[in-house]
Amino acid sequence: MSVPSFLAQDARLCPSRRAFLAGAGSLVAWANMPRAGFAGTADPRFVLVILRGAMDGLAAVPPVGDRDYAALRGDLALGADGSEILPLDDLFALNDAMPKLHRRMRKGEALIVHAAATPYRERSHFDGQDVLESGLVGPRGSQDGWLNRVAAALPAGDRARPTQGLAVGATVPLILRGDAPVLTWSPPSMKQAGSDTVQRLASLYGETDAELSRVFTAGVELDELAMGVPMDDAGEKRRNGLASSFIALAEGSGRLIAEDDGPRLAAISYDGWDTHAAEGAADGRLAVLLDALDSSLDALAGQLSAVWSQTVVAVVTEFGRTARANGNKGTDHGTATTAFLMGGAVKGGRVIADWPGLRTRDLYEERDLQPTTDLRAVLKGVLRDHLGIDQRTLATRIFPDSIGLKPLDGLIV
Amino acid sequence: MAPSDASRALARFGLGMRGNAETRGQGDVRTLLLAEIDRPRAALMNDPSLLDSREAWLAVREEARRRKEGKEPPEGAPKNVARAIYFDEVEARVRRIRRVDTGFVERIVGFWTNHFAVDLRGGARRGMAGAYEREAIRPHVLGHFDDLLLAATRHPAMLYYLNNITSVGPNSRLGVRRGRGLNENHAREILELHTVGVTGGYTQDDVIALAKILTGWSLGADAKYPERFGRFTFKAPTHEPGPQVLMGTRYPDDGEEQGVAALRDLARQPATARHVATKLARHFVSDAPPPRLVEALTDSFLDSDGDLRSVYATLLHSDEAWDLPPSKLRPPQEFLWATIRAVDFNAPAPFCQRVLNLLGQPLWNPPSPAGFPDDSAEWLAPDALTTRLDIAQAIAGRSRALDPRGVAEEVLGASMSMATSQSISRAETTEQGLALLLMSPEFQRR
Repeated sequence: MSVPSFLAQDARLCPSRRAFLAGAGSLVAWANMPRAGFAGTADPRFVLVILRGAMDGLAAVPPVGDRDYAALRGDLALGADGSEILPLDDLFALNDAMPKLHRRMRKGEALIVHAAATPYRERSHFDGQDVLESGLVGPRGSQDGWLNRVAAALPAGDRARPTQGLAVGATVPLILRGDAPVLTWSPPSMKQAGSDTVQRLASLYGETDAELSRVFTAGVELDELAMGVPMDDAGEKRRNGLASSFIALAEGSGRLIAEDDGPRLAAISYDGWDTHAAEGAADGRLAVLLDALDSSLDALAGQLSAVWSQTVVAVVTEFGRTARANGNKGTDHGTATTAFLMGGAVKGGRVIADWPGLRTRDLYEERDLQPTTDLRAVLKGVLRDHLGIDQRTLATRIFPDSIGLKPLDGLIV
Repeated sequence: MAPSDASRALARFGLGMRGNAETRGQGDVRTLLLAEIDRPRAALMNDPSLLDSREAWLAVREEARRRKEGKEPPEGAPKNVARAIYFDEVEARVRRIRRVDTGFVERIVGFWTNHFAVDLRGGARRGMAGAYEREAIRPHVLGHFDDLLLAATRHPAMLYYLNNITSVGPNSRLGVRRGRGLNENHAREILELHTVGVTGGYTQDDVIALAKILTGWSLGADAKYPERFGRFTFKAPTHEPGPQVLMGTRYPDDGEEQGVAALRDLARQPATARHVATKLARHFVSDAPPPRLVEALTDSFLDSDGDLRSVYATLLHSDEAWDLPPSKLRPPQEFLWATIRAVDFNAPAPFCQRVLNLLGQPLWNPPSPAGFPDDSAEWLAPDALTTRLDIAQAIAGRSRALDPRGVAEEVLGASMSMATSQSISRAETTEQGLALLLMSPEFQRR
């Protein structure tokens, strides 16, 4: 099997990819699997975007029509004077950092699911992401991920090559680990540590080691100078830097997926959503993140325009955040949140929610948005109706022990 | 630090805990460290897939000749022979580093390779550095210092590097006939760096005497004599005739043996013992080595006639070596090796090369014959620290995702502060958690 030449030029040759190329011969058998009982989109593309750190769904898609919303959120409430939001329906609005997604909602190419969560009910990022990616009901139970199992279960169709997964990043995340072949791709430059990690380390040194603290702080200032960022402008620059790094990932992977013989399944991770302090849903950190996400989804759609009608992009996060603000104008780890679906194959223009309400007794453990939709039901609906994976496989292999959980109907055109 | 504090002890004396390993539960760490130096073959690396120094030298020479004549490389030949050899050597070290229990012996090997430094710059010896370490350093670091000194001094990589192969006795047959003379470089570095040290009491006359003594120590470069070709050879026609006086001792001219006798005596000088003891204490314990520890190591060196295992044992039994707080920053190579062990990362050689170049401590390529500096001030620079973070992040991303909390328990153990523990467990991704662990003061310092 050959690798598209542009891939060989652009991509950094990662160990996992080298190992994959070396072992490619053993995967030929896949191409001969019968195409049985196929239903779904012809030659479908599926991209999963993971927002690591727990995105605040109540800030991304604020339920401004809920009469308890403004009081509950306090300083974090959006849209009090009609600004900061883009209207969706009687109950929900979209954060106005995401105008491009809003346009797609209007065109019926995007769909929002609210009050959704995985089966995980604790509040550890690592375990939450583990459950999100393994497809199991509890953490640390699996060495492989559900998207890899999807690749293995896909009807082979008449394409003369196995279905590949694409991991966007230097390494293969759990969700794509497993027996099916996986490519990795990341933008060529050595990635610089994100500003969030820099801040966390600076604060750790501040608490524990005066010398390291002094030297590290000097180094960070040096970096900022070298990038030509005036100190007072650092916020703006970081915004641009973040958006451009999100966009670079989206564009690169979009190009690969759009290729005739490119991968059909991909996972992209965006970090930085753990907004414990100064969340800034209107004009701060979260707004910058949502803006970067919005631009990158648009860039992804742009690259996929030729196959847009065959595409579904799902945007998910490991869990939500507390309904109320904490003492630092931020939010702590919570439970239910929002997920987005986008693509020409999505029957969009709607917010799907079995809305639990926001009174204290409505909240999960009286602090988090109550989950009313299992994220796996959403994903099962997409995988069945878009990728043509049968319900039994979905309930046993993709999301084991989920026979009682019905796929959500009517998500796909 | 208690001998039961495996995490701190392995940072100070070894290459840190392995994130996936069972080093704990084997009892006292000091016993474990002592056991490692008690295995006579622990430092050896006899990997049949690696080229010896002669093969490496020939391969690089051959490639240069081919290029000059504009010939195509043979089928399957690497694009850059010296680089391919180097990468094979680096990968063998990565395998060893991931496998060893404590890393104490590998640290000792690194210390002596840096003490008897050669570099990678220059001509046909570019491919030799890894072989030099395996052939001259490893076989003797658990033996006697004089054997180590002899092996390093006689190795072709060193003779090349410090120009002894072009040093000719002015009164030797060749010197007289061709009017050629001494090159003092190697002799001076032996005195200044390898043995008695810059304050060791030698004079310019001693440098010249030793240079004369060492004339003729060279490398067989004539393919007509295959048994000497590419190996150490004593070339009598370039050896300065007559007795020489070095640091008050008269050495009669018995050819090659004149140099052997002189080096064995230098190895036994009290100044040499003190020089080595000070460097060892600085390397393992503190940039300001405690005088009592230096004293104990010096005595141990002299009492044992340079038996290095006795010296290491003295280090492991001294209170200072255990009690002083971790104040040194891990130098870049140690940082990389410890990281590889902590997150179980099978680092490819080009990656190691890139990382160590970025951090300024490329393997076997120090800036001068003095080797890389061994004090924290050298490495604790603002830019270097942010670069470490970028690298920690890159490695965290490349290693198979592990739970950072579990790795931190295993690697930092009892030495982990509350602040570090909280910072790691509050990280928003596995990658960020591992990066914070690798950058924590407990991991950076030893």
